[in-house]
Amino acid sequence: MSNQDKSIIKAEEMVLNMGPQHPSTHGVLRLKIHTDGEVVSKIEPIMGYLHRCFEKHCENLSYEQIVPYTDRCDYLASMHMNHSYAIAVEKLLEIEIPERVEYIRIIVAELQRIASHLVAIGAFGLDVGAITPFTWALRDRERILDLFEMLCGARLLYNYIWPGGVSHDLAPKFVHHTNEFLDYFEPMIKEYDQILSGNIIFVERTADVGIITPEVGINFGVTGPSLRGSGIPHDLRKDEPYSIYDKFDFDVPVGKGMMGSVGDCWDRYWVRMREMEESIKILRQALGRIPSGDVHSAIPKKVRPSKGEIYSRYETARGDVGFYIRSGGKNIPQRLKMRSPAFCNLSVFSEISEGWMMSDVITILGSLDIVLGEIDR
Amino acid sequence: MDNTKLDINQIFEIIKVDFSELIDFTEGDNFILVSHTKWYEIAKFIKNDSRLLFDYLMCITSYDKEDKITYGLAFNFKSTINHSYLEIRIEVCDEDSVPSVTDLWGSANWHERGAFDMMGIKFENHPNFKRILLPDDWPGYPLRKDFETPEYYRGMLVPKDKTYWE
Amino acid sequence: MKFKEISALNKFNKDNIVVEKLDTLINWSRSNSQWYFQFGLACCAIEMMAAAGPRHDLDRFGAIPRASPRQSDVMIVAGTVTLKMAERVKRLYEQMSDPKYVISMGSCSNSGGPYWQHGYHVLKGVDLVVPVDIYVPGCPPRPEALIQGLLELQNKIRTESTLGKVE
Repeated sequence: MSNQDKSIIKAEEMVLNMGPQHPSTHGVLRLKIHTDGEVVSKIEPIMGYLHRCFEKHCENLSYEQIVPYTDRCDYLASMHMNHSYAIAVEKLLEIEIPERVEYIRIIVAELQRIASHLVAIGAFGLDVGAITPFTWALRDRERILDLFEMLCGARLLYNYIWPGGVSHDLAPKFVHHTNEFLDYFEPMIKEYDQILSGNIIFVERTADVGIITPEVGINFGVTGPSLRGSGIPHDLRKDEPYSIYDKFDFDVPVGKGMMGSVGDCWDRYWVRMREMEESIKILRQALGRIPSGDVHSAIPKKVRPSKGEIYSRYETARGDVGFYIRSGGKNIPQRLKMRSPAFCNLSVFSEISEGWMMSDVITILGSLDIVLGEIDR
Repeated sequence: MDNTKLDINQIFEIIKVDFSELIDFTEGDNFILVSHTKWYEIAKFIKNDSRLLFDYLMCITSYDKEDKITYGLAFNFKSTINHSYLEIRIEVCDEDSVPSVTDLWGSANWHERGAFDMMGIKFENHPNFKRILLPDDWPGYPLRKDFETPEYYRGMLVPKDKTYWE
Repeated sequence: MKFKEISALNKFNKDNIVVEKLDTLINWSRSNSQWYFQFGLACCAIEMMAAAGPRHDLDRFGAIPRASPRQSDVMIVAGTVTLKMAERVKRLYEQMSDPKYVISMGSCSNSGGPYWQHGYHVLKGVDLVVPVDIYVPGCPPRPEALIQGLLELQNKIRTESTLGKVE
């Protein structure tokens, strides 16, 4: 090369395909990454590899038959999906639920929140490179799945909360075993803090990375721990309490930028850790005062709501889920749309990951905690 | 800027001042029907007006009115500042197209692509207007009531019912 | 089947020379180190992760997860296969090197699962694109069921004859 050529090095942008099958993409997500060396300039997520026609099924099945399909949308928090669908149908039918049923539903929902956050934290540690917290998280999650199996027989997809009630009453020693689990689990959170939260490698990799500012967050519809990590205390359980959440005393943790800036990946992880502690608080309060009653008394024989529409919101482990149901007066819905929280959380991904390096992209994706089942429906 | 929560009648009175011929509201309904021609101006108004301030677009749903001609869109808005809630509906035929509101609310980007993918409603001025969940060469719009499942897709058999196994 | 194996090991303990068929030796080593290609698509992927987790340990059977098709022996298709994904499944299967096996886990990949009736975008069974050796039923199958499927695959491999006459 002549002297003139050496000063001009032609560099081209490379398009890298992080394909649908990849161990770090938390499911079948395809990312088209335009990189300049190691620095990312643009990311385009491509979805649809798990599109299972949930909404078309809902237009052909009766309201009771849809419940197992809602399970499979967000398979890591299926009690939340069941519960949100049941609340939407009960609003359409305008029926009252016995108090025992409400208490059981809240106990189950908060246990599910702990289980889902454990997987999120474990998988996030795995993405960053820490393998031990993943095995610890799975070990503790197995104990929660044992409790669920005692209750309804299934480990992952429960079909437990029906519109109008629950499918089975509490097992004889359920309250005792749950209290045992809470006594075992509360000191374990300190162990997770010791191994991950203050770990210098973890902090270096996640602090100041992938910052979601509050304006960008609300504009793109981000909800859940991802938005609370940016300092905004929006939690549907406190703002618009559904079920009997207004009778419980708990706080809403928000990110404060303790290790970096407000709204970085570390804050989102920290919000999930503290939310597990708040769930334990709610559980202890609920377990102490379950009233007696019949859990099947309010389940309607025929679910046939009158003509009308409803948009009902619920706070799952990932954010705000919304069910928009149009009823034509028959026993099958005319149109059912599920607004999934991970869909909107993922839409902000391309905004916040420009300018970072390839390995940071994986960290940011892990901190958003997406589940492809509910994105693709 | 005041922070009072407004209900649907008060919101209608505020919007009616400038846009009375383009919106429609009956007493007792919980939504406001808007014409699709000037949707962008109305959307800008409800986002920026100091009494309304709807900064959070929650969901865009597309539905079929079952007469093979009209399809509808339902927008659900919420204000994080004064906690009001609003539902707006737009009804169009196959030939009409709806202006996109992507530069006002970023969440509209993917929701509008989803509405096009499932119901076939077209949007103008969208930054990346193509299908989102189904493959790009998929024939038809699945959530329409008269959708027929294709026999074969790229050489793979798509069985219609149980007779394939029996 | 088990006793034959233990007897081979015992023979190693007593003498230093063991006489066995080459087929048995190759099948024994292949079946006990099945490195699986983690192809988790949907809910069954979580049960596959739980099967590899601390309680039901897949590592004691010699099966560890590998992310690349070139380094794996068996592909566990866990979850619903959609039409958009089917071409990628076929391509990844062809990228694996011989001898390769496929376990179809869960009812979605066996035959379409709960989405068989109105799923226009769901492939009704992954055996329409790749040849399947073992089907594990369930929705989702328990981790113990997946372990049983893996053991059945091990039994199937032990009856193969790579060097002898094909019957």
